[in-house]
Amino acid sequence: MSETPLLEVDNIKVHFPIYKGVIARQVGAVKAVDGVSFSVNRGETLGLVGESGCGKSTTGLAVLRMLSTTAGTIRFDGTDITHLSRAALRPFRRRIQMIYQDPFGALDPRMTVGQLIAEPMIVHNIEPNRAARDTRARDLLSMVGLRQDMAERYIHEFSGGQRQRIGIARALAMQPDLLICDEPVSALDVSIQAQIVNLFQDLQARFGLTYLFIAHDLAVIRHISDRIAVMYLGRIVEIAGREALYDHPKHPYTQALLAAVAIPDPDIEATRPHITVTGEVPSALNPPPGCRFHPRCPLAIDRCRTEEPQLRDMSNGQSVACHLA
Amino acid sequence: MSAAIEVAPVRRNAFLAGLIRLIREKPLGAIGLAIVLVFLVCGIFADVIAPYGINQISPVNRLKPPSARFWFGTDHLGRDMFSRILYGAQLSVIIGLSAATLATLISVTLGIVSGYFGGRIDMLVQRVVDAWMSFPELIILIVVVSVVGPGMFQVIGILGLTFGIGGSRIIRGAVVSVRENMYIHATQSMGATTTRVLLRHILPNIMAPVLVLFSTRVGAVILVESGLSFLGFGVPPPAPTWGGMLSGSGRTYMYLAPWLALAPGLCLTCVVYGINMLGDALRDLLDPRMRGSR
Repeated sequence: MSETPLLEVDNIKVHFPIYKGVIARQVGAVKAVDGVSFSVNRGETLGLVGESGCGKSTTGLAVLRMLSTTAGTIRFDGTDITHLSRAALRPFRRRIQMIYQDPFGALDPRMTVGQLIAEPMIVHNIEPNRAARDTRARDLLSMVGLRQDMAERYIHEFSGGQRQRIGIARALAMQPDLLICDEPVSALDVSIQAQIVNLFQDLQARFGLTYLFIAHDLAVIRHISDRIAVMYLGRIVEIAGREALYDHPKHPYTQALLAAVAIPDPDIEATRPHITVTGEVPSALNPPPGCRFHPRCPLAIDRCRTEEPQLRDMSNGQSVACHLA
Repeated sequence: MSAAIEVAPVRRNAFLAGLIRLIREKPLGAIGLAIVLVFLVCGIFADVIAPYGINQISPVNRLKPPSARFWFGTDHLGRDMFSRILYGAQLSVIIGLSAATLATLISVTLGIVSGYFGGRIDMLVQRVVDAWMSFPELIILIVVVSVVGPGMFQVIGILGLTFGIGGSRIIRGAVVSVRENMYIHATQSMGATTTRVLLRHILPNIMAPVLVLFSTRVGAVILVESGLSFLGFGVPPPAPTWGGMLSGSGRTYMYLAPWLALAPGLCLTCVVYGINMLGDALRDLLDPRMRGSR
């Protein structure tokens, strides 16, 4: 691991202030992301899991610099991009691309597929020649498994899986290094999900892409990720290699999350032990003191209520934020 | 779907192809286009077509009903209505189209700036629009005309400005809703310039309200101009505007010679109808989702 990671996120916080009254006094802040650190190596896939509202997507948007961070630094390929100006950020905008959950919403309905894929090449002046752009757009279409003549059509004429392929082709047009995939398959049928996940893997092998793969589906995450970070209420509670995380989850939240996955055998499912978590996720407006998971944790001790656990390296790259681990 | 799937030919003759699509898919829109073109041609070639001069009076032939000699009859001074309608087309259609174009440009510019940038800019622009709209339009028109004097360009300018500021509210609403789409976010995150986002993504996606706004404004401008002419603040007589004819001799001699009101009235209806039909057809044709549907 002598090589610097492609993406290093160090203790970033994204707080959304809440204003009240006529003079717009700040009365609090939603701490959507509250001290998240991780790094992604070149050619690697880091899966980011967690339940709705835990800050996964916010983290992705912060890395994309579409949300301003309250604190912390984001380094991309060794450069601190946290506070770069619009102009200075432009080359990085090309290298970091996002794949959206809803590809229909993320593609302009008034443009043909060919125009949509060619647009990033115009923006970043990758291919100044129009005919060459069209050719490349068609090549990209076949690269993601679509027919070249589909370039003439509009986005509403395609199915969900095809639209996601178009979204991927558009991102690839910029020859990016890092793809932030924000729930890219959760809006698709299960049969299509597998195809798109396989496409992601093929493209990664072919172009050496790096993925930050955000999802809530544990099976998808397991299939695609090299390492996995588990988020809870704006913080990472556990980060580990795929096998380690699925075989020996150390954090009670990760254990509960994995135990919630149903086993497709009714006999085992009926007899196996279930770790159940009670209650609701606390408000990110006012997170509990100490460990954020303690009000719902079946194992919580007094120390958990007062002292916030830090991510500690356990062994072979598995880090856990829990006093008991 | 067959129309949508067929591979578009090379854009050698995009205009002709568009025209053929208009006729095939939107026959009403094609009729609208034909009506507008007929009136435009009549206006432009009024000098050639008109059988008599606009101010050529013939006291013997006062208030004659329509006949082979005077197609639309004559007015109280014995002027040929058909000739006056033709010249009126020149004035009214030009005023209608140019004031509506000006109004639409102002609406789109103000609406996009206000809606897209939001925040303080939006606040500032919208309060100015509020202030403007809380004033009765006619009062503004009369005040300005009395200061700068009546005339065609004044009327175009004032009507364009008034309708433009009022309409900006509609465009702003459309921009605010389009701005929230994920594809705008996607384009911004790609590193596209604001100009590109505005011109390539926001503008095409608000074309539906823009076209509707434009086509309704043309009729409205022609009608308001007639109101102004009636009050003596429009294009001054004896210039033959349709509004002037309608509210002047048309109203006075309504029972004695109904053709004086009917002729300009019907022409006005036709033009407004034609432009509305054309606008609706264009709105549908420009929307890829409506391709192949009727």
